[in-house]
Amino acid sequence: MQHSTPTHGIDISALGREKQGLDLSKETTAIQVPGLNLYYGDKQALFDVKMDIPKQRVTAFIGPSGCGKSTLLRTFNRMNDLVDGCRVEGEVNLDGTNIYRKGEDVADLRRRVGMVFQKPNPFPKSIYENVVYGLRIQGVNQKRVLDETVEWALKSAALWDEVKDRLHESALGMSGGQQQRLVIARTVAVQPEVLLLDEPCSALDPISTLKVEELIYELKSKYTIVIVTHNMQQAARVSDYTAFMYMGKLIEYGDTDTLFTNPAKKQTEDYITGRYG
Amino acid sequence: MNVKKQNLKSWFKSGSPWVWMTASGVSIAVIMTVGLLAVIATRGLAHFWPADVIQASYQVPGEAPRLMAGELVQAEQVTRARLASAGLPVDVQGGEFMTRELFKVGNRDINGADFSWVVDEWMKDASTPKDIVAVERREWGNFYGYLVNVKENGKLVAEGDAAWDELQKRIARIDQLYSQISTLQKKDIGRINYGLEGLRLKQRKLELDKQLDATSQANLDAERAQWDAEYKVLEAQLLDLHNQFNRDSVTLKTVDGTEKEMSLGTVVRAYMPNAMGTTEKLGFYFSKVWEFVSDEPREANTEGGIFPAIFGTVMMTLIMAVIVTPFGVLAAIYLREYAKQGPMTRIIRIAVNNLAGVPAIVYGVFGLGFFVYVLGGSIDSLFFPEAAPAPTFGTPGLLWASLTLAILAVPVVIVATEEGLARIPLALREGSLALGATKAETLWKVVLPMASPAMMTGLILAVARAAGEVAPLMLVGVVKLAPALPVDGNYPYLHLDQKIMHLGFHIYDVGFQSPNVEAARPLVYATALLLVLVIALLNLSAVFIRNHLREKYKALDH
Repeated sequence: MQHSTPTHGIDISALGREKQGLDLSKETTAIQVPGLNLYYGDKQALFDVKMDIPKQRVTAFIGPSGCGKSTLLRTFNRMNDLVDGCRVEGEVNLDGTNIYRKGEDVADLRRRVGMVFQKPNPFPKSIYENVVYGLRIQGVNQKRVLDETVEWALKSAALWDEVKDRLHESALGMSGGQQQRLVIARTVAVQPEVLLLDEPCSALDPISTLKVEELIYELKSKYTIVIVTHNMQQAARVSDYTAFMYMGKLIEYGDTDTLFTNPAKKQTEDYITGRYG
Repeated sequence: MNVKKQNLKSWFKSGSPWVWMTASGVSIAVIMTVGLLAVIATRGLAHFWPADVIQASYQVPGEAPRLMAGELVQAEQVTRARLASAGLPVDVQGGEFMTRELFKVGNRDINGADFSWVVDEWMKDASTPKDIVAVERREWGNFYGYLVNVKENGKLVAEGDAAWDELQKRIARIDQLYSQISTLQKKDIGRINYGLEGLRLKQRKLELDKQLDATSQANLDAERAQWDAEYKVLEAQLLDLHNQFNRDSVTLKTVDGTEKEMSLGTVVRAYMPNAMGTTEKLGFYFSKVWEFVSDEPREANTEGGIFPAIFGTVMMTLIMAVIVTPFGVLAAIYLREYAKQGPMTRIIRIAVNNLAGVPAIVYGVFGLGFFVYVLGGSIDSLFFPEAAPAPTFGTPGLLWASLTLAILAVPVVIVATEEGLARIPLALREGSLALGATKAETLWKVVLPMASPAMMTGLILAVARAAGEVAPLMLVGVVKLAPALPVDGNYPYLHLDQKIMHLGFHIYDVGFQSPNVEAARPLVYATALLLVLVIALLNLSAVFIRNHLREKYKALDH
């Protein structure tokens, strides 16, 4: 157990990851949360969360089940609106405008902030129609545009070579990992600014997980990515910045290297070393 | 003892009593269904078989013997005492039972009744002479007897053995003439009548609007004259056909020697059942079955076919399906997707479910009171004032029957669709919303297609419920005998205001309102079988579509 850096977190170098020397204060902000409270009925689920999500970086939310990390993620594209009795206080600013202001076009917001869910959820349509779904919603119907979009979206989801010969077959015939990458391709196809990934690998086998992680690495040059994960190794592997949440509060937020190797808070350290959770 | 108890206990524990109990439940259900179908099928289908005609001498004790001939329909054991109390001169000594047989003896125009009960013991010299002829007629039922001769315009054409071939030849000619006459009457003259009625209504409308001046009157008269001229031509044709139709006649002799001459125009077919081989009988059988499903009824529905009833049933069910599906689906979508879930929606759901349990006749009364009188009456006074006082839509008809059935079946569609909508995984809706689709777009593009098998299930249940319904239909548009099909060649082709015939009502009418119960009984079974088949066919096609949809959207059942 020889380590180059003494740590009371987890061994980051063992994950094959270089130290990156990132600094949150020097990043451009994509999503700014100046202070957010969220209630489900009478129950408060998020307590005064303040954070800035950096542009074109991967930010991971970690924390034990029920800590509010998915809830927080879902405030970024207002998916919580669908939950009965959910109430949000405060602001979430995307490129400087509050997405909770009156008159916000939620459909357009969701196009700009794409989301991938825990379980792959392709539509019961062909692979092709899955990818162009968002475009068709926007009224794009020219075959040439759609064809091109399908190709680059599938390519950017590293799926093109596997499915290019069966684009018009049902998406439900694909494996779970392929389905999840299809969902990512579908989301990318509408050219969002932000990608929200809600435990995207929790229903996948290790090899598919690896592929999705590689994909996340590729995608971050173009998109701001926020990923919720239960898997700390995964957070450490793919993310540039990590936020640790506990009981609806943001406990610690900083660059992944520091958070994992040298957490400032006792709770963070306890969690990442597996003492509770 | 203890061991036995132990065994019993372990037998119960093993669960096999459950298997037996549940399996017997299924068996009873299957046996009842199959038994029902078997009874209907055998009784109904046997009717078309050309039975042998039995000739015998029948002597009631104390009376002179007489010759009789007929088809054996039914035989039963009856106690002597019962026959004696019915006034028959039965010798009370002897066995306890006597066999009594029902013969279809035909010749209603001579005997007065075409069925007759006879006591088997008093029948002697029963035989099946090869040359006995059964004649199916357009009136007075069957005739049984021997062929004497065939005449044309009263002049003898053939006699004896040659007469049979001549008769068959001439019946074929009559068949052709008959179909010519009915096309002429229904199609061509029907079109003229329709045109004339249209003219009358046009004139009446102009009168009501006070716009009937000399020019328009002249125009109308000219048009009418045109129709009349056309009619004159057709009338002459028709008269000519009728004369040709009644040109030939055939003379037959009953077994006891009465001769009867009848116009060939009244003969549908003549056959010698006793001389027919099995193949011939089979051919005859299938032509009779085909006649039953493709022809119009004759003789107060006791003869001929039931095509108008099949057509009416299918038509009404299809229109019902076209009405009920959008209504039910829309209501279900609102209830499940848009309405705020709470006590109000719960009350609505309970109400909808209870609606499915309301006796059908109540819907019939409602349909008559609301659809026919209120809605139909308003439509008449708004759109068809020129037809008054004759009602157009203010009288029972196809549309109102379909609408009544639609409200009767709508709860089923609502419930099934709601369940289907509830089963669509939230993940898929979220997936669509997360791509920038609005709720409505998500509904249209993802949710509704996936719920379509459930809607089809609702439709299947609705068809099953509605197609077999009779009670409400008697009030809102089904009649014993409809003069024409609701679809024809006259604009607007589909006549929603017309009354229709219906298989279910036909069963009731033939079985319980018929003047000739014995003749009608097998038809009741045959019609029942056909009704079951029609409903099964409608359902199977819907099931086929549903399975196809299911295959297409078999998403995420895992």
